[in-house]
Amino acid sequence: MSLFGRRIPMMASLIVWALLWEIVGQLDLIFLIPPMSAILQTGVQLVQSISWQNASIITIRSFCIGMALAIGIGVPLGILMGRFKAIDNLMAIWVNMFVSAPLSALVPILMILFGLGETTIVVTVFLFAVWIIVLDARAGVMQVPPSLLEMGRSYGASGWKLFTQIILLSALPEILAGIRIGLIRGVKGVVIGQILVSIVGYGELFELFSRSFEMESFWALTLILFAAALLLSALVEIFEKRIEYYAGAR
Amino acid sequence: MAYTAHSPDTSNASLALAPVPPVADGVVKVRGVSKTYGDVEALRDIDLEFERGQLTTLLGPSGCGKTTLLKIIAGLVPATSGEILVNGRAVTGPGPERAFVFQDFALMPWATVMRNVAFGLELRGINAAERKRIASRYIEEVGLVGFEDKYPHELSGGMRQRVGIARAFAVNADVLLLDEPFSAVDEQNRRKFQEDLLRLVNLEKKSFIFVTHSIEEAVYVSDRIVLLSPRPGRISQIIDPHIDRSATPDDIRRDPGYLDTVEEIWNGLRHYAE
Repeated sequence: MSLFGRRIPMMASLIVWALLWEIVGQLDLIFLIPPMSAILQTGVQLVQSISWQNASIITIRSFCIGMALAIGIGVPLGILMGRFKAIDNLMAIWVNMFVSAPLSALVPILMILFGLGETTIVVTVFLFAVWIIVLDARAGVMQVPPSLLEMGRSYGASGWKLFTQIILLSALPEILAGIRIGLIRGVKGVVIGQILVSIVGYGELFELFSRSFEMESFWALTLILFAAALLLSALVEIFEKRIEYYAGAR
Repeated sequence: MAYTAHSPDTSNASLALAPVPPVADGVVKVRGVSKTYGDVEALRDIDLEFERGQLTTLLGPSGCGKTTLLKIIAGLVPATSGEILVNGRAVTGPGPERAFVFQDFALMPWATVMRNVAFGLELRGINAAERKRIASRYIEEVGLVGFEDKYPHELSGGMRQRVGIARAFAVNADVLLLDEPFSAVDEQNRRKFQEDLLRLVNLEKKSFIFVTHSIEEAVYVSDRIVLLSPRPGRISQIIDPHIDRSATPDDIRRDPGYLDTVEEIWNGLRHYAE
C-alpha cells in the first residue's frame, strides 16, 4: 500500500484504528469503549493473573482435544467418502447439513447431553471443525487426476501402495486446506461453547467481566483471542504454502 | 559432383544396414479385440501384430479408439472380448514388460524430476542408490541434466514429457506405449521431440507402440502405420513407409517417399474429415 507516494506497511491501518479508538475512548462518550491505552494496560495485568492463565490452559486443552478428534475422524471419513460411493451416499446428507448449520443452536442440547463442563466444549469444537475437514478431504480424494491413477497402476502400484503413494499425496493440499479452515472454525467453537456454558475458561471470564462492567478486561480478553486466532491461521498458512509448493501448479 | 562422390557411401551404408528378412516375431499380439462402452462400440474385432524392435503407430481421426486400444494393450482398460498377448502371455493387467507414456505427462507434482523418473523402480523395490544410478542415465538421455531436483511445475510442457519418457525407459520394459505424447507440446518442440524419439528408438532397441492423430508425425517416426477408421474403430489400412532413416531430419522431411506416404494416408482419411 502507498499513500502520497510513500510505502506504508500493512499494519499501519491497525494503528490508525487503534488511534481512533483511543480518541473515542478519551472523549469518554460511552462506558462501553474505554481508551485503547487502558485496555492494553489491563491486558498486561490480565495475562499475569492466575485466573487468566488457568482459563487459557482449559481453553487450549479443550481446543486441542476437540481438534485432534475432528482431524482424526474427519480426514479418514472424508477419504472413505471420496473413495467409496456407498459411504458417500450414507454420510453426504449429514455432512452437508452440518457444514452450514448454525451449530451454536445445538450447544444447549450438548449441555444437557454432556453436562456443564469441558466435555461439552470439546464436543462443540469438534462439531464446529469436523464437517469442513470431511468435505475437503473428500474433494481432495475425488480430484486425484485419473491419469495419475493410471500411471500408478501401469508402473505396478496397486491397493495400499496406490493409496499411500498417489491418492493420499495428491489429496494432501485439499486435506490441509480443510484442516486450516477447521482450525479457525474450532476457535469459534471453543469461544462460543465456553460463553454458552459460561462457567468454564474464557467463558467464565467473559461472563464475569461483562456482568461487573469491567470493560477494559473484557476488551483485553477479546483482543487476545482475536490475535490468537489470527496467529493460528497464519501458522497453518505458512505450513500449507510449503505443501502447496510441492503440489505446484496442477 | 558432390552428389556422385557421396552416393557410393550412402548405398554402402544402406546395404550394410539392410536387415536379414525378419522371422515374424510379434512382441504384442492383438486377437479379436472389441470394446464397447455401454451402447457405444469403440473397437470392433481388431487383429494386429506388433513386431519386436519396431515403432508401430496407431493413427486415426479422433473417436477411432486408438487410445482405447493402447490402454487395452497396457492392461489399464479391459477388453470386452478378445485377448492381448505380450511375449506370448495373455494380458490381465499392467505388467513390468510394458511402460506407458501419458498424453498429459501424469507426473507426480509433489516429487522431483529424479523421483518421478525413478518411480517405476521405486515401486519395484529397487534400492535408492541403484534407482538413482539408473534414473540419472535416462535423465541424461532425454537431456534433463541439471534439472534432477526441480519439481514438475518448474518445467515447461516439453520438459515434463521428457520426464515421462525417461520414467518409461527407466523400468527397462520390452514395449513402450506412447499415448499422443507430443500433443501437449508446442510445434517447435514437437519436431525436436520427434527427432529425439528416433534417436532413442535407435539407441534403446525396444518395441514402440505410438498413438497420434498427426499424419506427418506418424510418417516421420514410424516403421509401420496402422490406420484406424472411426465408430466403431476398425483397421482400415496398414502402411509401411519406406524412408531412409539414416538421412538428416530435414532431408527425411523432404524425401519423396515421406511426402508420398503423407499424401497416401491423407487420401485414406480424407472422407472422415468434415
